[in-house]
Amino acid sequence: MFLTRRTTLLGLTALATASRVKFAFADAPTDQRFIVILLRGALDGMSAVVPYGDSGLVALRPKLIPPAPGQPDGMYDLGGFYGLHPGMPAIYAMYQAGEALPVHAVAGPYRTRSHFAAQDLLQLGAAGDQTGITSGWLNRVIAELPARRSATPTGLAVGIGTPLLLQGPVPVGSYATEGFAVPSPDLYARIAALNAGDPLTGPAIATGLREMSFDKGVMSADIMSDDAATMPGDAPKKPGGGNSFPALASAAGRLLAAADGPRIAAFQLEGWDTHSNQVHGLNTPLSGLDTGIGYLKAALGPAWTQTAVLVMTEFGRTAAMNGTNGTDHGTATVAFVLGGNIAGGKVRGTWPGLGAGQLFQNRDLAPTTDVRSVAKGALAAHLGLDDAALARVFPASTDAAPLQGITRAT
Amino acid sequence: MDNASAQALIRFGLGAGPNDEVSSDPRGALKAQLQGPDPGEAAGAFAGLPTGLQAVDTRRADQLALQALIQQGVAVKGNFKPAGIDKLDVAAQMGWAVTTPASFRERLVWFWYNHFTVSKFQGETAYLIGPMVREAIRPHVNGNFTDMVLAVERHPAMLLYLMNAESIGPDSPVGLKTGKGLNENLGRECMELHTVGLAAGYSQSDVTNMAKILTGWSVAGTAGGGDATGFKYRPFFHEPGPRTVMDQTYDGGEQAGIDALTFLSRYPTTYQLLATKLVTHFVADDPPPDAVAQIANVLRETGGDLGVASAALVDLPQAWTPLTKLKTPFEYVLSAVRAAPPPGPPPVLYNAIMLQLGQPLWGAPLPNGWSDQAAVWSGSDAIIARIDWAYTYASRFDNGDMGVQPSDIAGVALGPLLRPATAAAIANAGSRREAITMLFASPEFERR
Repeated sequence: MFLTRRTTLLGLTALATASRVKFAFADAPTDQRFIVILLRGALDGMSAVVPYGDSGLVALRPKLIPPAPGQPDGMYDLGGFYGLHPGMPAIYAMYQAGEALPVHAVAGPYRTRSHFAAQDLLQLGAAGDQTGITSGWLNRVIAELPARRSATPTGLAVGIGTPLLLQGPVPVGSYATEGFAVPSPDLYARIAALNAGDPLTGPAIATGLREMSFDKGVMSADIMSDDAATMPGDAPKKPGGGNSFPALASAAGRLLAAADGPRIAAFQLEGWDTHSNQVHGLNTPLSGLDTGIGYLKAALGPAWTQTAVLVMTEFGRTAAMNGTNGTDHGTATVAFVLGGNIAGGKVRGTWPGLGAGQLFQNRDLAPTTDVRSVAKGALAAHLGLDDAALARVFPASTDAAPLQGITRAT
Repeated sequence: MDNASAQALIRFGLGAGPNDEVSSDPRGALKAQLQGPDPGEAAGAFAGLPTGLQAVDTRRADQLALQALIQQGVAVKGNFKPAGIDKLDVAAQMGWAVTTPASFRERLVWFWYNHFTVSKFQGETAYLIGPMVREAIRPHVNGNFTDMVLAVERHPAMLLYLMNAESIGPDSPVGLKTGKGLNENLGRECMELHTVGLAAGYSQSDVTNMAKILTGWSVAGTAGGGDATGFKYRPFFHEPGPRTVMDQTYDGGEQAGIDALTFLSRYPTTYQLLATKLVTHFVADDPPPDAVAQIANVLRETGGDLGVASAALVDLPQAWTPLTKLKTPFEYVLSAVRAAPPPGPPPVLYNAIMLQLGQPLWGAPLPNGWSDQAAVWSGSDAIIARIDWAYTYASRFDNGDMGVQPSDIAGVALGPLLRPATAAAIANAGSRREAITMLFASPEFERR
């Protein structure tokens, strides 16, 4: 169901201006890729990465636990305590290859159970009481990267609308699937000229046209040279529906793999707000997420080793099942970091326990790791952002120290 | 058409078209639309469409037919023919939206539906959204907010979308017998999104208690004894005992929910939230605080009279400054079709178009509805996609002599807001189709 809701990929554009550029890579533009997948609606972390080794689990949510590892349709064992949801074979393969790092009992620095307040804070990178932050933290990440001369902006928005995560002073690009009849280049040029002086539509159209030709080039190059180097793995040319996450992930992966393609991308997926009949309700979105991430890796090809993918959600859900075989809004949940150079193959985070007195407000999985620590750890290790840059990306976050050791030692 | 008339039709209405009358008193003409019953209902535009109760029955019949096929082992594909009554509702309500001369009144209908979003993608609500808009929104757009809240929260569309229909008091007779329990989805969102908002500073226990108060508010068809909209109160689902929400204590029963929602609907932060949303929608993405305060005041003083508050929007001086709001894809398509109605068949396929433009009709991804902020919809591909749609739609005007000149369409659509550059681009275009595309792709047409 969540697949049908996203259609176009949106954004603004222009090249990064030199004044913003400093710090991390003063000299060379980065070839590192950083991708954020935002799960809007609050993923139940204990269903994606199930703490089946905790003796309190069964009493809390008897009907929400997948079959044990080794059983038919059982979860994938992640080391004897946690199990990965059985609908996530691609991420399990990455885990086995040491490329997937789940971090459990993660939460933002806010304790609201409001989707909308929490999604905003998560994307702004703000603590609960911070006002005046108006740009998304991923937009601020781009501002910390060196300028580059390229056909495309560094940032790429993928999903319905431009996510708040990417909104801000640095213009970003976007990718959309094809659909309607397309005007001739000449008519497009006249439309661009008509809008040239407009602060909103002018840059949007100019970028859109540049991207259109870039995207076309990348996609047709794939078709022209369909060999192992450009199309590794089994990423299909047209996976799933044109607007499904797997299809978008596959296409975006190819753009990100291109030599002068974008380097920072964001997706947003819905379908996680499982108040009711959760076991059934999570199957489709979780397997869509898994399939899409698998396609993303395949489409990135050799660039996968230069890629870090952060999967995060605004908060978790109640530890106990509610009255309708679902879960209500909670606190801590799971996050994933994935990529060819990620130090994965284990589950990190401090497990807070599910016993008496261990739940947050006697209701939710208690948070033990700040989601900003995960993000900062990934940005530091993978993009080389230093402390000063991280402080600009996540203001007033000294209490959320970067999680160490997210990438493999080089 | 002078500037004020153009503003009235474009900012307050859904876009200027050949059905609009240009008034010498634009403000008065807008306010006149706030009088009387819903003009679409009055004109019979929705005649024959199902009531909530009938839609619940049809939905159930579809479900039974589907189950029967599955039980018989018959392939669903090709054999299951859903009634598809939602398509009739979409066609009728969109058909009205693109033709009504009372398009300020109609914009308010869609505004309030978006405030109380129900998505067809959750809870199998597709058949019920049309009835909800007709039964719970349209009658109250110029009425009292409390009445709208009560009508919406009791409507099967909302009760299924936010899952209250299946929420059962753990200590109710059914809860004790089955072990089933609460689902706090509607309890939370009716506070956070529909009424008082987070600014009210309520706690988790307020949310839980609100959910308990609403247990028993459920859905039934004709056979199950549902009322005219398909609502049914099920006392055996209801969590007994008094409950406290935001320091107000309510005895149990159906009345507790009515009383609690009435209290929430008249709370000061509710008026602030509604005023902010209205001014953001009608004036600017960044709403002027004094305008918000003014509308909140009107709501407070009138006890939530939406007609008076809507008229007060018209009186805001900030609402007559140059247009800055970027049209959402929905507003864009509506305004284009209003400006240039299709000269003949086929019908405009709004469901397919809006899906492709990233704003599926009656299908917002989350219960807070669609954003009307430019930052969300001004992405490069969002703008390109709507231009591509305009080019596609404009092909309808390319064949034969329809007697419609693009320059006339431009004059009707934009009046004095049409820039000379756009007029020249239209005049110099190589075909009628290209000319109409240029109009719809102009920056002034993108604004409202």
